[in-house]
Amino acid sequence: MTQYIELYNEILPLLQKQSHPVLNAQREETMALFAQQGFPDKSVERYRYTDVAASFAPNYGLSLAPLTIKDVPYVYAIKDAPIDVSPYYNKVNRPNPSLPLREEVDSLTLLNTALAHDAVVIYVPKGEKAKQPIRIENTLNGEQDTMVVRRVLIIMEELAEATIFFVDHANGGSSYLTSQVIEVVAKDGAQLDMYEMEETTEKCHRYSNLYIQVGRNANIRHNGVTLSNGVTRNGIDVYLQGECSEVTLNGAVIADRKQHVDVNTLIDHQVPQCVSNELYKYVADDQAVGAFAGRILVREGAQQTISHETNNNMCASEEARIYTQPMLEIYADDVKCAHGSTVGVMDEAALFYMQQRGIPLEEARTLLKNAFISQVIDEMKWESFRDRLHILVDKRLSKEERCGSCKICK
Amino acid sequence: MLEIKNLHATVGGKEILKGVNLTINDGEIHALMGTNGAGKSTLSNVIVGNPAYEVTEGSITFDGQDLLAMSADERANAGIFMSFQMPVEIPGVSMTNFMKAAVNARRKARGEEPMKAAEFIKLMKEKRQLVEIDQKLMSRSVNEGFSGGEKKRNEIFQMAMLEPTFCILDETDSGLDVDALRIVATGFNKLRTEKTSAMVITHYQRLLDYIKPDIVHVLIDGKIVMTGGPDLAQKIEDEGFDWIKNNA
Repeated sequence: MTQYIELYNEILPLLQKQSHPVLNAQREETMALFAQQGFPDKSVERYRYTDVAASFAPNYGLSLAPLTIKDVPYVYAIKDAPIDVSPYYNKVNRPNPSLPLREEVDSLTLLNTALAHDAVVIYVPKGEKAKQPIRIENTLNGEQDTMVVRRVLIIMEELAEATIFFVDHANGGSSYLTSQVIEVVAKDGAQLDMYEMEETTEKCHRYSNLYIQVGRNANIRHNGVTLSNGVTRNGIDVYLQGECSEVTLNGAVIADRKQHVDVNTLIDHQVPQCVSNELYKYVADDQAVGAFAGRILVREGAQQTISHETNNNMCASEEARIYTQPMLEIYADDVKCAHGSTVGVMDEAALFYMQQRGIPLEEARTLLKNAFISQVIDEMKWESFRDRLHILVDKRLSKEERCGSCKICK
Repeated sequence: MLEIKNLHATVGGKEILKGVNLTINDGEIHALMGTNGAGKSTLSNVIVGNPAYEVTEGSITFDGQDLLAMSADERANAGIFMSFQMPVEIPGVSMTNFMKAAVNARRKARGEEPMKAAEFIKLMKEKRQLVEIDQKLMSRSVNEGFSGGEKKRNEIFQMAMLEPTFCILDETDSGLDVDALRIVATGFNKLRTEKTSAMVITHYQRLLDYIKPDIVHVLIDGKIVMTGGPDLAQKIEDEGFDWIKNNA
């Protein structure tokens, strides 16, 4: 941890000179809190499945180049943001923006806030409907082992509509550590369909925290896909603050070799009459580790909440590990909530049936994995993404293709 | 030609087959009858290479190839097909994708290119009509939500698509009403060529009214204890197995 405090002290003068005042205003307090808390170890409930300190232990170079964003509708570097973002920045990452920054705030979010040198702002004005999906591509590139601190703020004004797509790629043999924090404000009547896809290498470590504050009558969909990675821990916190809103979280994870994917979600029903749906599906093969922990919190007074949470997992080898932890915490008495999780192995009878029709075992296994994960892909709304993802999953699962053409297996 | 010699097999450590000898020549239909638990399904599972069954002794050759040295998919691609007694459901795998994988696996095994999409659709349509199976079922997951009759019809449809030379019909008549039985059986008959041979496992004469066997075997306690002509099936239908057991 000391290396990050030293790093902070070293780059602080530069950050204060180069960075936006809204970012600089948050540094001191967040760094002080981070120094107090340190990296979350396994005693921190929400990080019990992932060894954070190990990921942050190597000395990475930190990239401090300012963002260049050209002519992407609705997307701005923070200095060009069309509105004052100070009421939102580093305020969305807690159950309610009026709450003070407290010690419970996630350590990695604190570190991200302390080190963020620039931020992307996606701003969709009131009543405006983004016609095209907004795409943000991150490609990790370069000769050196690098740490990337990525900060994003998404503001959906009243009745704004958008599809936003983030994809992470990685090239070459370098190691990368990504620290990402995305804060989303979805105001009354906003509709957001958000996609995050990771297609990186086994030398990539990704720590992401996504915070979404949801107003009234809003509809939020988040679709997370981990196709290939090294170590990934994705946190998603949704705070339902206005009545009659709906949130859907879909997740598809494919992990093999020694990949590690940990998804930790919180859906916080603070007000009555909201609906939340969660479906996460994992396929783990070889020595991969998959973890899912999803907490649904229905606060006192959040009556007529409807919530469904499902986590289904396929353990395709004896050495793969799945941890699943759905949690319902209900303080209201008129609610409809259900949660469930399954961990299964491949259906031997189905494999044999396919083999009897001439399909080789490996291909039959691929078909079963594909069928399993397709169920959640089909829940995703954006059609061309869905179609493309089916193809990517096909390629990803058929080892022939993977070992023939990609860099991962080198 | 399928040739089984002194076949012993166990499942879960228990010996079920205790020395089966059986030769099925090209073009011949053999009926296999026998009491429950006699080993009929074990025999068919061993022939197709179900890994749950262990062969402890004996040999099976098919057209001169050592079947026991081949994996289940290799046996299938050599021309062996089993119509399952209880076809499994495979959620999420559509019939179309499943058949495409199977047809192309066969072509690959023969060193042929994958089938072109248009050609595949045409083939599906042609074979579907042959067994009178509804097109709707093709976009569904394999056997998922199919009625008992639809599942059996689907087995014969797959047989039509894959054109095997040796077929095992494992109690294909169970759970079928008379009309469905007729469609399935006549479907099978239409698919037969001069080379096609089959082993038909059944408890009842009624299937054999449609698929006429050349030879009838009776399997009891892991051994073939009696072999005869088509009239043997009728005699069993009338008198049961006790007289055979008593003789054996």
